[in-house]
Amino acid sequence: MTNRNSRRSLLQGLGAAAVGISLGGALEGCGPKTAGKAGGAEEAKLNFYNWDTYIGETTLGDFQKASGVKVDMSLFATNDELFAKLRGGNPGYDVIVPSDEFVARMAPAGMLMPIDHAKVPNLKNIAPAFLNPNFDPGRKWSMPYTWLVLGIGYRKSKVDGVPDSWKWLFDSDRYKGRIALVSEAADLIRLGARYLGHPINGVTPEIAAQVEAMLIKQKKYVKAFHEDNGQDLLASKDVDLVLEYNGDIAQVMRDDPDLDFVVPKEGSIMNSDCLCIPAGAPRPNNAHAFINYLLDAKVGAEISKTILYPTPNTAAQALMPMTYQDNPVIFPPQSVMARCDYGLYEGPEKARLFEEAMTRIRAA
Amino acid sequence: MSEQPWSRAKGPFAVALGPPLLWLFGFFLVPMGIVWIYSLSETRGLTDVVFTGGFRNYLRTLDPLYLGVLWKSAWIAGATTLACLIAGFPVALAIAFAKGRAKTWLLILVMLPFWTNLLIRTYALMAVLRTEGLVNQAVGWLWTRAAHVLPLPAFEPLPLLHNNFAVVVGLIYVELPFMVLPLYAALDRLDRSLLEASMDLGAGRWRTLWEIAVPVALPGVVSGVIITFIPSLGSYLTPDLLGGPDSQMIANVIERQFKRANDWPFGSALSFMLMYLTFLALAAQGLWSRRRKA
Repeated sequence: MTNRNSRRSLLQGLGAAAVGISLGGALEGCGPKTAGKAGGAEEAKLNFYNWDTYIGETTLGDFQKASGVKVDMSLFATNDELFAKLRGGNPGYDVIVPSDEFVARMAPAGMLMPIDHAKVPNLKNIAPAFLNPNFDPGRKWSMPYTWLVLGIGYRKSKVDGVPDSWKWLFDSDRYKGRIALVSEAADLIRLGARYLGHPINGVTPEIAAQVEAMLIKQKKYVKAFHEDNGQDLLASKDVDLVLEYNGDIAQVMRDDPDLDFVVPKEGSIMNSDCLCIPAGAPRPNNAHAFINYLLDAKVGAEISKTILYPTPNTAAQALMPMTYQDNPVIFPPQSVMARCDYGLYEGPEKARLFEEAMTRIRAA
Repeated sequence: MSEQPWSRAKGPFAVALGPPLLWLFGFFLVPMGIVWIYSLSETRGLTDVVFTGGFRNYLRTLDPLYLGVLWKSAWIAGATTLACLIAGFPVALAIAFAKGRAKTWLLILVMLPFWTNLLIRTYALMAVLRTEGLVNQAVGWLWTRAAHVLPLPAFEPLPLLHNNFAVVVGLIYVELPFMVLPLYAALDRLDRSLLEASMDLGAGRWRTLWEIAVPVALPGVVSGVIITFIPSLGSYLTPDLLGGPDSQMIANVIERQFKRANDWPFGSALSFMLMYLTFLALAAQGLWSRRRKA
């Protein structure tokens, strides 16, 4: 499986290198080339701003063969980096890949261009469940690329049965000193609220305070708050239970059959990386053509084969080997997925509420 | 060469000073100024920051929550500095007294870690300290051998990673050269005849070290302490990767303001709080060294 590790945490630390890479791309995008014309013929070029190891091996070359458009891909390591880069205006990117929450942040801030569905006929390949998500009703601003779900990765030989409840991470000393949680404030507080019986979105300050108290109590049993490298902690036996994304755990499960993953019965947070066109993109026609190409069944299967993330593309999924299609880690059962939801961006007040709660938990 | 006052050679002086001054202005003062203006601003909406000139962000940094984090950071940086001083002094002394070639090699060895990126070194340290890491494997191996002859309980891996201890170890590892080099510079200038005189007059080795070498090296100690303490105080990668649930330092909180929390003004105010404290420490050192000279 591709590594979200290289995708997120490693580059995150290697801030300098990551900035270097993306600056290169940004500079390429600047300059006279940016003066694209709307409507008329566009230069046969495209600036694609993507996560590391997040495209098929031959996809970009195949697209050039099929359309004549050369794709320049530059990489970012975190949504924050993407957001910071585009915050002051688009430096020349045509297609970007923000996660759901950032789609919801960037669209109202005028940082995205609406997507013309007439130019993306391959949208028909996408599973209906992904066509009307709460973060982008009607898919006005974004097209689904991959999705993920948070759950518990665990070492079978060290855990009694299947730990299918958040209780084992948030509210129990049974696995003390062998638990790792995410350090991401919003995710952690929301999952705590879910465990206490509240919905993922609309967490009030009172509920956040309850979750905070619960996690401060739980902290002495927690070994680490990880920066999205939980799969490494699990694989190296530093911990036996870890709050992580299914894609990350599936990746280490290939090398260690003693590992498994479960989405707790209370439900969880989903996450989806989306294809978007940033406002001010110099070549919107090429961008639409490229997005449509990525949603093609064969192309999507080629991408999934390389990156091995869950795909929302039903037609592409059907072309994948059964080991991928039938993998309950990559595609958890529908009954569980029905209790999952995307974490919405609920404004700066809520963001501050979550951050402060997290700072207090860590400082307690 | 005789020294001449700069006013007699204004041309060369301007040529020599111009580029660094421009550099300082363009790449240090202007960006810092922008961050300072941010610290007096407020976030409006998602992408806009409006300058208000208010001190609200600074008031927020005085919340006991953030002062507590700052205190914890100072505590960790202080422990790191003290350990570096204790470990660095004998090393600096040994280098200062080494002969010719050996001295060069020892200095190169001290600087060698700088050739590898900090992130890589931190990951390497994780491999050494983790539950099934090199230290625990070695200790576990010795323990099981010893258990053949002694009645020992089963080996429990030592908790070396994901706690404050690991953060301090990681910081010592990173900062030690910054302590050794100024100490070495001070000890290298030490007049050997002073030591000989002390020994001749009947003082033992320890007394000579304590009453002659340490006072002479004191300016080196002060600069070593400062350039060890300040970067430790603002360290962010090390607590992130090696720390445990409560190893949160101030730079981690600042980072989150600029990223997830999307609250650049508050992050800027926190950064400047850290900077004001640093200035205070430097001013204290300035006062101290002036008093010493007087």
